[in-house]
Amino acid sequence: MQALTDVEEIARRVLSGDRKSIAKAITIIEDNTAESKRLIASIYPSTGRAQIIGLTGPAGSGKSTLIEKIVQEYRRKGKTVGVIAVDPTSPFTGGAFLGDRIRMQELSTDLGVFIRSMATRNYLGGIAKATKDAVKVLDAAGKEIIIVETVGAGQSEVEIIKVAQTIVVIHAPGLGDEIQAIKAGIMEIADIFVVNKADRENANKAVMDIQSILQLNNKEATWKPPILKTTALTGEGVPELIEKIEEHRRFLEKEIGRKRSLGKAEAEFIEAIKEKVVNSIIDDLKKEGRFEEFLEKIIAKEMDPASAAEKLLHEKLRRH
Amino acid sequence: MVMFNEKKIKEIREERQRWERTALPNWVKQCPERKKEFRNHSGMLLKGLYTPEDVKTLDYLQDLGFPGEYPFTRGLHATMYRGRLWTMRMFAGFGTAEDTNKRFKYLLREGESGLSTAFDYPTIMGYDSDHPMARGEVGLCGVVISSLKDMEILLDGVPLDKVTTSMTINGPAAMLLAMYVAVGDKQGVPREKLGGTTQNDMLKEYFAQKLCIFPPKPSVKLVTDIIEYCARYLPKWNPISISGYHIREAGANAVQELAFTLYDGIAYVESTLERGLKVDDFAHRLSFFFASHNDFFEEIAKFRAARRLWARLMKERFHAKNPRSMWMRMHIQTSGCTLTAQQPLNNIIRTTIQALAAVLGGTQSLHTNSFDEALCLPTEEAVRVALRTQQIIAHESGATNTADPLAGSYYVEALTNEMEEKAMDYIQKIDDMGGAIVAIEKGFLQKEIADSAYKYQKEVDEKKRIIVGLNEYTIEEEKCPIELLRVDPKVEKQQVVKLQKLKRERNNRKVKEILEKLHYSAEKDENLMPTIIEAVKAYATLGEITDVLRKVYGEYKELIII
Amino acid sequence: MQSTRKIRVLIAKPGLDSHDRGAKVVARALRDAGMEVIYTGLRQTPEQIVETALQEDVNVIGLSILSGAHKALFPRIMELLKREGLTDVMVFAGGIIPEEDIQEMKNLGIKEIFGPGTPTETIIQYVMENIQERT
Repeated sequence: MQALTDVEEIARRVLSGDRKSIAKAITIIEDNTAESKRLIASIYPSTGRAQIIGLTGPAGSGKSTLIEKIVQEYRRKGKTVGVIAVDPTSPFTGGAFLGDRIRMQELSTDLGVFIRSMATRNYLGGIAKATKDAVKVLDAAGKEIIIVETVGAGQSEVEIIKVAQTIVVIHAPGLGDEIQAIKAGIMEIADIFVVNKADRENANKAVMDIQSILQLNNKEATWKPPILKTTALTGEGVPELIEKIEEHRRFLEKEIGRKRSLGKAEAEFIEAIKEKVVNSIIDDLKKEGRFEEFLEKIIAKEMDPASAAEKLLHEKLRRH
Repeated sequence: MVMFNEKKIKEIREERQRWERTALPNWVKQCPERKKEFRNHSGMLLKGLYTPEDVKTLDYLQDLGFPGEYPFTRGLHATMYRGRLWTMRMFAGFGTAEDTNKRFKYLLREGESGLSTAFDYPTIMGYDSDHPMARGEVGLCGVVISSLKDMEILLDGVPLDKVTTSMTINGPAAMLLAMYVAVGDKQGVPREKLGGTTQNDMLKEYFAQKLCIFPPKPSVKLVTDIIEYCARYLPKWNPISISGYHIREAGANAVQELAFTLYDGIAYVESTLERGLKVDDFAHRLSFFFASHNDFFEEIAKFRAARRLWARLMKERFHAKNPRSMWMRMHIQTSGCTLTAQQPLNNIIRTTIQALAAVLGGTQSLHTNSFDEALCLPTEEAVRVALRTQQIIAHESGATNTADPLAGSYYVEALTNEMEEKAMDYIQKIDDMGGAIVAIEKGFLQKEIADSAYKYQKEVDEKKRIIVGLNEYTIEEEKCPIELLRVDPKVEKQQVVKLQKLKRERNNRKVKEILEKLHYSAEKDENLMPTIIEAVKAYATLGEITDVLRKVYGEYKELIII
Repeated sequence: MQSTRKIRVLIAKPGLDSHDRGAKVVARALRDAGMEVIYTGLRQTPEQIVETALQEDVNVIGLSILSGAHKALFPRIMELLKREGLTDVMVFAGGIIPEEDIQEMKNLGIKEIFGPGTPTETIIQYVMENIQERT
C-alpha cells in the first residue's frame, strides 16, 4: 500500500471516504504545515454537501451525552456522521486533555461515524479556521451530518461555532450560574436552545430564563430560536430536536440561507486574503531587515508601534 | 468541662514559649530539622511538639467518654479487645468456586475468624463467563460466580449459621446476596441467623472504584432495596459496607476519605428514610470500610474521629434514639496502593504498621494485605504471613490489653479534632452543593481525588515523599524473589462449559417467566430482592438477571476528571 | 509558516479493570508536558481502542491494565493495529504486568512496560525520545 505521504494521495483517499486518510488529513490541518493549503485546495471542490451543526454549552450540561443520542438518531435515519470535539489547550503547558469522546465511545466502532478531538492550540489563523478546515475534510469525505462541539466559554469558542449552519446551545438546570453560564455572543447566534436534564425540578425555570433573555434581545429575525427540552440519558426529546434542526435547514435553504452562506464565504475569503497579505508583508519586511530595525526603535521608545507600522507600510506600499 | 484549667494552660504556654525561645534554637542550630515543613497525607501542618495547649478545649466526658457509650470515640464495646478480638477477615478469591473454596478452608484452618469474598471482574460487572466482555478476564482477580451452582460450590462445607461472610460486590449485590440466602435455605439455616456483609455501596463507585453498571438513581434504589429487605428479613446481615477504602486508593487523602465516606452514609440514611422506615429500624446494621494508610497517627486519629463524627451525625442530624444506631462498626483493610513491587518483602513491614494503626484505632474487623499484592494474587505463603501479622499484634504486642490506649495523647487528640473539623467542612460543602449525587455530577468529588492523586505522585517523583525501595534505598538488579500465583486460563473454558450445561438442565420456561416478572417489578419500582431470590433459585444466571435490569435502568457512562 | 505540531497520545483502559488512578495521573502528566491526551475511559474493547487510535491519528498509545487480562487483550490490540496499518504508532503499557510476561508483550510489539512506581517523568522522557518522526 502506498504510504500516505503525498498530499494529493491523501486528498484522493479522503474523497473516497478512507478513514485513515481522513485522520491523516485532519492532522495535516492541525499541524498547520505547508501541505495543509494544498490539501484544502484539493478537496474544496467536493465540499458543501454536509449539514453542519454546532453544539455548545457549559460543562455539566450533558452535552456529550446528548450528542451521542443525536448521532444515534441520525444513524437510525441512515445518515453518516462526523463529530469534531474541541477542547482548550492549556496556555501554560501547551498540552490538552481531550475527553469529550469518552461519552461517545460506544460509537467508535460504528464505521458510519467519525469522531475527532481537536485542541485549540495556538493557531495563527485561530482555532476557528482549523476547525473549519477539519469540517471541510469530513465534508469532502462524504459525511452527511457534521457536528462541531465546544464548551462555549470563550470568545474563540463563539468563533468556532460559527462554522456551523445550525447552532444549538445546550443548558441544564441547577448549574449554578444559570444563564450567565451561556456567554454573551453565543446567545445572539443560537438557532436552537435546548434545556437538557429536563426531568429535574427547575427545568421549567431554566426555559423561562432563556425566554426572558430572548425577549430582551428583541431581534428582528425571521427565525425565532425555539427552546426545547431533552433528557439525554433516556433520549427523550431527541427526535424532536432533530426535527427542529431539519426545520432550520429548510429555512436556510430559502433566501435568507443563501445570504448567510454568501456572507460566510465572503468572510472566509477576506480572512484568507488578510492572512496572505499580512504574512507576506511581514515576511518581506523581515527579509529586508526593516522589521527588526523598527522593532529596536520601538523597544528604545523612539517610536510607538502604531507610528512604526504606519511609516513602514507607507514606505512599502509606495514602492508598489 | 475542659480537661485543663485556664491557669495551668497559661503556665504551660509561657513555659513552652520559653523553651522555644531559649532551649530549642540551640538544638536546631546543631541539628537543623530534616524538612522545612512536616505534613501528613491530608496536608495538615504538624508541629514539633504537642502540649495540653493543643487540646485545651477537649472535654473528656463530652468528646471522649467511655468505650461503648456516646460519642464512642474510645470504641464501640466497653471491654474492646479484652472481651473479644477483632474479626480477622482475609479478602480472598480467584479462579473457580472450587479454587476459592479451598482457599477459604485454608484460611479458616489457619485461624481467620470470618470469610471475605473477592469476585472476578465479569461477575462484578454482571457478565456471565461466556459474555464477550468476559474474554480473558474470568477468574483472574476474584472467584467467578455466574449462577447459584457456583455459589453452592463456593460455600461447600461452610456452615452458614456459624461463619459470617463478607462479599465485596456492588452492582450485582442483590443477586449475590440472593444466592447466599438460597444456599442458607438449602443448608436449613433460618434466614434470621445468616450473618455477613454485602458491600453494596454504589455511590463510591461513581467517583472511586468505578464498577458501575447502571446510572446513579437506580443504583441507589437497588442499594436501598437491600437495606430495606435486610431490615425486615435478614436481621443479622449488614446490607451495606459504606466504603472509604476505594476512595483512598483512588488517591484521596485521609480527610477526603473520611468526609466522602460519611457523606455517602448520610445519603443512604436519607434514601432509606424516604422508604418510610424509621432510622432505628435499620441504622444499626450500616457498616463502614476504611483504609489504613502509612501515616500511623493520622490514621488512628481518622478512625477515632470517624466514630465520633458518625455518632454525632446520627444523633443530631437523624435523631436516632437507639445507641446502636450511632455505632460506626468498621472493617479496615491495610492500604494496597502503598505497597511496592520493588523489594516486596518490605511490604510486610508496611502492612504491620498499618494493621497496628487499625487496632489502635479500634476496628471491629481487619484484612491485612499480602506482601505480593503489587505483583499478583496472594500465594498461600504470603496470605499466611498477612494473617500471622494480625495474630502477632493480637497476642504478642500488648496493644489489646486496654481500650483506646492512645487517648489523652496531645498529638492524637489534636489530630482527631482536626480530622473531625476538616471532614465537617467538606460535609457542609457537599450539603450546600445539593448532596452526593449533585457533587458527583458536577465532578467535585472526582476532582478532589484526582488532584490529591496527582499531588501525591508529584511528591514521590520529586522525592519530597520517600518510598523505601522505590525512590530511595533501591537495589539495582531486582529479580522477582517469589513464586507468582497465576490463574489457569482453562478456568474460562471450564466455566463456559458449565454454563452451557446449566442452561440445558434447568427449567428454561420457569426462568423466562421469572425474568419477565423481574422486568415488570423493576419498572414498577418495587423492592426486587424477593424476585431476585426466586430467579437465582431457578438457576437464572447472573448475566441474565443483570441484563433485565440493564434494559430497565440503562447503562452508566462515566464523567472523566483527571 | 509556524507549525503547531503536537504529540498526540491515547491512554486506554482495555478490558474490565477499573483501576484508573494511574492512567489518569499519567494522562495529566503528559498533558502538563505539552502533549494532547485522549483518554478513552474504562472498559474499552480492543476494537474501540484501535479505531480511536486511527481516528485520532495518535503518535502513541499507552495501555493501562492491572487485572492480569493483558495476556488475552494485548495480542488482540496489536493484531488490530497491524491490520489497520498503524504499526508506526508507538505502544507502551503499564499497570500490573508480571516480569515473566514482559518479554512476551515486547515480542508483540509493545515497546516498553512501565511497572508500578515508575516516575511520570520517565514516561514523559521516553515518549518524547521515541515517537517516530512524522512523515
